[in-house]
Amino acid sequence: MAVAVRLSAVSKKFGSFAANNNISLSVEEGTIHAIVGENGAGKSTLTKMIYGMHRPTSGELSIKEKAVRFTSPREAIKAGIGMVHQHFMLIPELSVAENIILGHEECGLFRPLPLERAKALIRKEAEAYGLAVDPDAPVATLSIGQQQRVEILKLLFRHAEIMIFDEPTAVLTPSETERLFITLRALRDRGKSIILITHKLDEVLAVADTVSVMRKGEIVATMPGSSATKEELAQMMVGRSVLLSVTNPAATPGEILLAINNLSYRTTRGELKVQSLSLNVRAGEIYGIAGVEGNGQSELLQTLWGLAPEGTIISGTATLKGVSIIGKRPGDIALMGISCIPEDRLLHAVITEYTVSENLLFGRHREHSFHRGIGFNGHAIKHYAEEMITDYAIRCSSPGSQSLGSLSGGNQQKVVFAREMNRPGISLLILAQPTRGVDIGAIETIHNKIIEARHTGMAILLVSSELEEIIALSTRIGCIYKGAIRHEFSQEEVELKRVAEHEFQKEIGLHIT
Amino acid sequence: MYAKQLRFLIPLLSLLSALAVSSLIMVLADRDPLMIFGKMFHATFGSSYGTGQVVFRMTTLLLVGLAAAIPFQVRLFNIGAEGQLLMGAFAAAMTGAMLPATIPSFLAIPLCLFSAMAAGAGWALLAGALKVQFGVNEVIGTIMLNFIAQAITGYLLTYHFALPSTVHTAPIATAATISTFDKVTGWFANAPANLSTLLAIGLALLLWIMLFRSRFGYEMRAAGLQPDAARYGGINAGVQSLTAMGIGGAVAGLGAANIVLGYKHYYEAGMSDGIGFTGIAVALLAGAHPLWIILSALFFGFLEYGGLTVNSWIPKDIFMIIEAMTIILVISFTALGKRFS
Repeated sequence: MAVAVRLSAVSKKFGSFAANNNISLSVEEGTIHAIVGENGAGKSTLTKMIYGMHRPTSGELSIKEKAVRFTSPREAIKAGIGMVHQHFMLIPELSVAENIILGHEECGLFRPLPLERAKALIRKEAEAYGLAVDPDAPVATLSIGQQQRVEILKLLFRHAEIMIFDEPTAVLTPSETERLFITLRALRDRGKSIILITHKLDEVLAVADTVSVMRKGEIVATMPGSSATKEELAQMMVGRSVLLSVTNPAATPGEILLAINNLSYRTTRGELKVQSLSLNVRAGEIYGIAGVEGNGQSELLQTLWGLAPEGTIISGTATLKGVSIIGKRPGDIALMGISCIPEDRLLHAVITEYTVSENLLFGRHREHSFHRGIGFNGHAIKHYAEEMITDYAIRCSSPGSQSLGSLSGGNQQKVVFAREMNRPGISLLILAQPTRGVDIGAIETIHNKIIEARHTGMAILLVSSELEEIIALSTRIGCIYKGAIRHEFSQEEVELKRVAEHEFQKEIGLHIT
Repeated sequence: MYAKQLRFLIPLLSLLSALAVSSLIMVLADRDPLMIFGKMFHATFGSSYGTGQVVFRMTTLLLVGLAAAIPFQVRLFNIGAEGQLLMGAFAAAMTGAMLPATIPSFLAIPLCLFSAMAAGAGWALLAGALKVQFGVNEVIGTIMLNFIAQAITGYLLTYHFALPSTVHTAPIATAATISTFDKVTGWFANAPANLSTLLAIGLALLLWIMLFRSRFGYEMRAAGLQPDAARYGGINAGVQSLTAMGIGGAVAGLGAANIVLGYKHYYEAGMSDGIGFTGIAVALLAGAHPLWIILSALFFGFLEYGGLTVNSWIPKDIFMIIEAMTIILVISFTALGKRFS
């Protein structure tokens, strides 16, 4: 069969960071080729290179066996490539037909628009692909599923032969998803080549002819969709080749500190992200939440740190030592004795323009020991910063003047860790993806510090998409799936199964997909 | 460090380029730029009266510059210093005129200044509240409030408080006036420069300390730099926005100290003369840094008064071109610097 898209040893570097590393991949004509992987695995970068939004740092891209070098999406579109973005590129005020011809009017500047041609296309293709929409309706009045159909019609109008779908089901209801799959199959049967980006494994198995798994910027496996299993894919997506060597002596958990009961979280758009989730974390234990991203972890974390957006409906309870956390603001939650390391360090945990010292204060800047008169106590802060830098092996030259942004990701994370683990009087530590984007050396420091914190009797809630990390650190493990804890491994089970890690990963994989 | 050098280089380079281009315009208009700049220097820093005039203008510019700079720390553009200054000046003049003749200075001056700050802050907070509560863009909010301030003060002056057949209010109590340097120290012969300059410089220092050395500024700048992270760290970005706008408005209102208490001793129609808008340029040139604003205000004060002195040779509008061009160049060069580093 002919190859529609071929990448040969393609790499894409941003600075020193390789988002895509030495990728070789062929997408055959008339097939649906799914690319799965976690957030940050490099899927988006890969598709952006095919679509001409990024230029590869090295390697070669060819479309229908012809080497190409796109400098803009315009050239990619000319070569017959189309993309349906996760966030639609539609103008809500314009009608469906007007949106379809936008950027592809093919008429003189002052000539009438070829709206009739667009309408004819809708009439013709609607039946064949299951893409029925009213061509005169303003896009703003359409449902999300219908808007997506408009995006697909746009591609057909431009005669795209190769179609890239970026997380197309992220915004769809189950029935809309079903309908999209019918469309995708119909497109394939008429010879279109489809690249499907997703991290939902059910979908991959339902619709893909070929599956490639990406991890950390590399393609780790490519296989026919028919022979892939969910467990295998999940393990390949989240497993890690790096050996984690942390000694984890048996824990002796005490009383329950954090108790979450029947927690549900409904977004303003009505999506149920967390449903009847219950778990508790005891003093001196690490409760690991294993799961594929997007199963309610972020929403659970938002709830526990008082950051759920306005209009979110939260029901159920979450208490620390009997005091409710829900509805409080981050500052007050911190005062209750909770410390939190957020999922997205750069967005939430640091001010990159501030110095290392200033960041070591961030969120704790109200503590009296750092103040003198109306200003900060420079001496106390310097002393504290030096202590943290030695204690956590943070590599920086002058904490008082060096901006945090100039540190490596691992050292930035150590700054956040040092700050959060040393809050006075904390009893609960919430850790979300504590070692994401962190180099191996720093991972070891951080893991040892987590175990150390557990010894002091803190309750620790660990959310990580890396199974190896969960298994290495946790006292108990809860498997989260579609917003609920689907299975929980007891302390005895975890200690027993930790020895045969590979088997354990597979077993967890079963519960999180 | 590269970034630090840029901070000095960019304004300097912009300034020199703007001067070069305006010289070219003067040449095209058949004037000798060297002669004009020479006369300008002579008429300003060359005499104690001229220096006094520059210092007088610098004082108001410094205050309205700070009024733009503080909200800028939380990424809000306060285009409303003009209106806030008007409200402050009017409030100070009214308070001053209503004080009994026997009141001592140490009460009279603070009372007038307090009412000026309250009026300015209130006016700015209105725009701030519209922004935080309803999402009304603060640029639009403050500009519209400028018009309303103009109309309110104009109406009150014309229909209620103007002395017969004048366009100004009754003079303030003698105790509420701020002395000129001429009277106190003998500097700046007969120039309107007055002791409120010291107040303005002191305020710039205080705001600098507050912004960069205290928890107050730490939280405010964090909210401006990374609002999401600020929320995570327990900082309420809405409160920070309101505080910044309130301080900005209060500082703009304090301009009354210079133009009402120190100079005119009453409120007069058109007395602000658009200086509030120049304040935005003053803040931009200084990168919204309170200490640099002192220098930037001095430079703009020099252009403003210097322009007047050479008006018979070249229209003073040429200096508005220099002002505007400097700002455009600062912004462009800053963007260029970012692209290359």
